[in-house]
Amino acid sequence: MRALPRRAPDLLVWALLIAMPWWMPAIGGYTELASRVVVMGLAALALNFLLGYTGVLSFGHAAYFGLGAYGAAMTLKYLAPSTGLAIVVGVVAGTAAALLIGALIVKLRGVYFAMVTIAFGQVFYFVTFRWNSVTGGDDGLTGWSRQPLRLGPLALDIQHGERTFYYFALALFALAAAGMAALLRSPFGRTLLAIRENERRARFLGIPVERHLWFSFVISCLFTSLAGALFALLNNFTDPRALRWDLSGNFVIMAVLGGMRSFWGPLVGAGVFVLLQDFISTRTQNWMSLVGAIFVLVVLFFPRGVLGVVRRRTTA
Amino acid sequence: MTQLVLFNVFNGLVVGAFYALMALGLSLILNLSGVINFAHGGFLAIAAYLAYTLIPTVGFWGGLLAAPVLTAVIGLVVERLLIRRLYGRDPLYSLLLTFGLAYVFEDATRSLWGAQSLPYPVPAWLTTPLSNRLFFLTGYRVFMVVLVGAAVTALFLVLNRTRLGMRIRAGTHDLETVSVLGINVRVLRNLNFGLGVYLAGLAGVLAAGMLGLEPTLGSSLIMPSFVAIIVGGLGSLPGTLLGGLLIGVASGVTTVFLPSATEAVMYVMMGVVLLVRPHGLLGEVGRLH
Repeated sequence: MRALPRRAPDLLVWALLIAMPWWMPAIGGYTELASRVVVMGLAALALNFLLGYTGVLSFGHAAYFGLGAYGAAMTLKYLAPSTGLAIVVGVVAGTAAALLIGALIVKLRGVYFAMVTIAFGQVFYFVTFRWNSVTGGDDGLTGWSRQPLRLGPLALDIQHGERTFYYFALALFALAAAGMAALLRSPFGRTLLAIRENERRARFLGIPVERHLWFSFVISCLFTSLAGALFALLNNFTDPRALRWDLSGNFVIMAVLGGMRSFWGPLVGAGVFVLLQDFISTRTQNWMSLVGAIFVLVVLFFPRGVLGVVRRRTTA
Repeated sequence: MTQLVLFNVFNGLVVGAFYALMALGLSLILNLSGVINFAHGGFLAIAAYLAYTLIPTVGFWGGLLAAPVLTAVIGLVVERLLIRRLYGRDPLYSLLLTFGLAYVFEDATRSLWGAQSLPYPVPAWLTTPLSNRLFFLTGYRVFMVVLVGAAVTALFLVLNRTRLGMRIRAGTHDLETVSVLGINVRVLRNLNFGLGVYLAGLAGVLAAGMLGLEPTLGSSLIMPSFVAIIVGGLGSLPGTLLGGLLIGVASGVTTVFLPSATEAVMYVMMGVVLLVRPHGLLGEVGRLH
């Protein structure tokens, strides 16, 4: 591994992502499933910005994911037939909520932080669940669909072509991943690492810890809501399950399963989790138990995740 | 109108009593072991279904007594086999493990007892209203409030008057010192976990009598218990009790004026409390940081 160029893992990831619509059918999947891997991967990467790189345990990210989804869906249904606008509204909705809630919770730490994020994660679930006339309640929001994209003279028919939509989602994923990677390499990102490693020392150095945690939370939720908007567009549908607590837990297990301490880990975890979930749920009614068992087994026997183990093997 | 408000205040109090009972169990485990037991709702549902199965043979009272105890035994085993391995590690892992267990429990209740909701048999003399004017004062509701009150009193007596309770309280403050003093901390945490699960089980059996049985019974009650703990203040059991009752009454009153905000109002309260008193109403500053 040492002999390989430093960028080799990145190149491998991108090659696999670009070729996914071709290799996915070979392992029993389909193009839509590939899109789901990319969307969930984006959410898990975004969560890990907070979990792995800032060292803060957030267990309520489904709320921002769901706000992105509802923002996009409601824009297309009620406002204007524009996919671009839908994504923007979704992201703005999720980010605005994160700004508000983040400001309330940045002073909390550890278990307390986790509990408050879990609890706040449910607010929007209940709102969408109860507010039938606007959100469609438990049945979800239907009667809309994503619209073809027009970029000047270029028209992209993401409405009907599943593969075109996959590459559209991948392009946004690439932008988001590049953005997060750049942020993590910047002085701001290094400061987050410093806070993760030793908050007290960071504070002594005069770093405004609370403000950094707040920014980190908001950035993480911004990219999560982008993933949520893409998820609604992918399914041409959204329902309250897009912002329920179980999805928050799934994001966390994706990050842990892939490896929290590596940039691509959560994407790997999302891939494994989404494929396993699809595989299990089409074969047995008791898929919940099996997914639960994945959680238990990962925690007991695999806490470093796939990439954590790979890295250990290659550096040892 | 007054009648309606009174009805909903009382109803909120009853619901708040569940939240409080469940949240007290969560709090016990969290305070001593630093574990957020996401499977608490699963334990609650298991107790309710166990009672349902036991009632034909042991009767209503037998079910009420036996089901929470059996559930507590399951809790002791789960702690011994799984959760014990995660003490001292990042709370992330115990949270994820109990989260997975919550999935397993919900699925298990669904497979064993079916996905459709089941009626929970309550003796007829408990369901008749006690007064014609205040029709909502059915015997069962009053009975529940009394029983929860008794359970909470018993819990505080155990914590304040018995050796086990003293050890739990001491361990909450400084587990290492308790261990150095020659007390078996592993057993202590195990028993404490069982006690917490017992409270969840009791809440489950009582809730089943009012809400009926559904596999999602646990997951619908667990979020309010988290809110109760946060509103009341982490590390304070009286705070948890107060938090549970407060959010119950608040959502009961809201039901009268704005039914769609019944649940949302708890979270608004939580936001306000966090803004004004970041450590909760009765929480100690600096605990569990």
